[in-house]
Amino acid sequence: MLGEGMLKGLAETAKNFAGSFVSKERLTTVQYPEERIAPIENTRDFPFLVYDGDDAMAGLRCVACQICEKECPPKCIYIVKSTDKKPDFVGKMQIYPARFDIDISVCMSCQICVEVCPFEAIKMDTEFELSTTDRFGGLLYDREQLSRSNEHYHKIHPTEAAEVDARLAEEKAKAEAKAKAAAEAAAAKAAAAPAPKEAPAKEPGA
Amino acid sequence: MSLTAKLDQIFVLLQHWISGFFPLWLQPAVGTILAVIAIVATFPGIFAVTTVLERKGLGRMQNRLGPNRVGPLGLLQPVADGIKSLTKEDIVPASADAVVHFLAPVVLVAAIFLGFAVLPVGRNMVLMNMDAGLLFFFAIGASTELSIFMAGWSSRNKYSLLGAMRAVAQMISYEVPLLLSSVVAVMMTGSLSTVKIVEAQSGFTGIFPHWYVFTPWGFAGFVLFVIAALAETNRSPFDLPEGESELVAGYFTEYSGFKFALFFLGEYLGMLSIAGFGITLFLGGWGAPFSFLGFVPSWGWFFVKLFGAIAFFIWLRGTLPRLRQDQLMNFAWKFMLPMTLLNLLVAGAWRFLGEGWSRWVVCSAVLLLAYVLLGRVLMRKQNLGPRSYRYAD
Repeated sequence: MLGEGMLKGLAETAKNFAGSFVSKERLTTVQYPEERIAPIENTRDFPFLVYDGDDAMAGLRCVACQICEKECPPKCIYIVKSTDKKPDFVGKMQIYPARFDIDISVCMSCQICVEVCPFEAIKMDTEFELSTTDRFGGLLYDREQLSRSNEHYHKIHPTEAAEVDARLAEEKAKAEAKAKAAAEAAAAKAAAAPAPKEAPAKEPGA
Repeated sequence: MSLTAKLDQIFVLLQHWISGFFPLWLQPAVGTILAVIAIVATFPGIFAVTTVLERKGLGRMQNRLGPNRVGPLGLLQPVADGIKSLTKEDIVPASADAVVHFLAPVVLVAAIFLGFAVLPVGRNMVLMNMDAGLLFFFAIGASTELSIFMAGWSSRNKYSLLGAMRAVAQMISYEVPLLLSSVVAVMMTGSLSTVKIVEAQSGFTGIFPHWYVFTPWGFAGFVLFVIAALAETNRSPFDLPEGESELVAGYFTEYSGFKFALFFLGEYLGMLSIAGFGITLFLGGWGAPFSFLGFVPSWGWFFVKLFGAIAFFIWLRGTLPRLRQDQLMNFAWKFMLPMTLLNLLVAGAWRFLGEGWSRWVVCSAVLLLAYVLLGRVLMRKQNLGPRSYRYAD
């Protein structure tokens, strides 16, 4: 009969109305600043720079290769290469970013910088409460603000971080074995003839 | 005068007391101004309460809590909204007709306020006891279409114009059943005066009141009136003129700041006034629902019924999806109009069948039969399958 479905609908909403006062489980929302839902593991919004060890600036994995800067679709990354070098996780001397800025207000969270990085140095964070009172400077993050420890990465994306760590450890082991083999070869050569000063180690991740 | 009678007439006594301070020739004018102030203060106040109740009620229907941040239980939300709309920038589009653009919300709110003039809020509590009160209300109510069209036309925006077109088409279509469904109350009372219509319903049989809604023609008239009233006030499920998903905001797309707030106010005041008239015509106005509850002031009953009507409107809004334009028009002309016309005949038959149970059976049977048959015909003709194109494929 005409109007039957309407009555059914009215009964349903009345049930919801009364039920929301009685049972807490019915409520689909949480009271946000006080209550929070833990983010799911695949949550990602803006990039950060990973560092190993305790000193953020010394442990940065980034070698200022500028691939991310070139690939970034909205061009929100700005990198200045250093003139001196510091050792990376394998021990090889690398240049490092003297400046590494990301304009969060321009970033579109596409994750392309993460995908192109050969050094596992830039990853996606889950921090989303980024509002500031300063419209321009407040959202332009420099390398100190961008750097997060590897432990932080493990905390927000455990599966992915474990994979990255395994890959890096494998590379390091490979590099060490190679260096050892090269050193042995050099030692063997040195026994025969004057040796070159340093064994050329292969670039990790290449 | 007993205490209950005093309480019943407290606002009337207050009005007389205050106007007593003025010279005799000024007293009628002062009394009227006081009543106008009371109306202008009360109904926007109810509007403010309604907005927060609506948001909380809709939230509960969707298993949310609704606004609960501003003040205790979020009850100060309308204050925050008011401050927000007052401090927002008032944008007038460069190509808009500035004068008409400004006039539209003002005319809308003014016209809707005029409708309250003939609404009996309590015993002896009506601003103007007009002989043609109902006619006045419908004439004023029809003029809101003008301001809506002014808003849509002056904005020079396709969404505004489409929304205004829809609003005018809808309001003119539903004006007919709205009027025809309320005519039965006029037929039975023999007067267009809203005060007389309420008085005609103030008797009791046993403990039950003589409200028109408790008769077959009155019940049908009431249901038809409620549907037409929903459409007249652009409330869900008839909110096509301002369908957010289709038209941004319909005719007030180009309005911001306090002009937008005025449209919002006008819409809710329209709902309050039409609910008030539904109560007056079919639910006994300010009359008590049972004879032993007569000690409660008459204005108290009116506002209880008004809030009941508002709650029902909110409930409907939380339940029903928006209609399509053709469904809207089909419903108006193929269901509402025949039913209201038939209801007029039934009301006449009720009058001339005389006292007794036979008129109850005959009138109920005719209306029920018509409802079932019309419903069947309308449901059968629905073409709900996928749309087929004759030339495009």
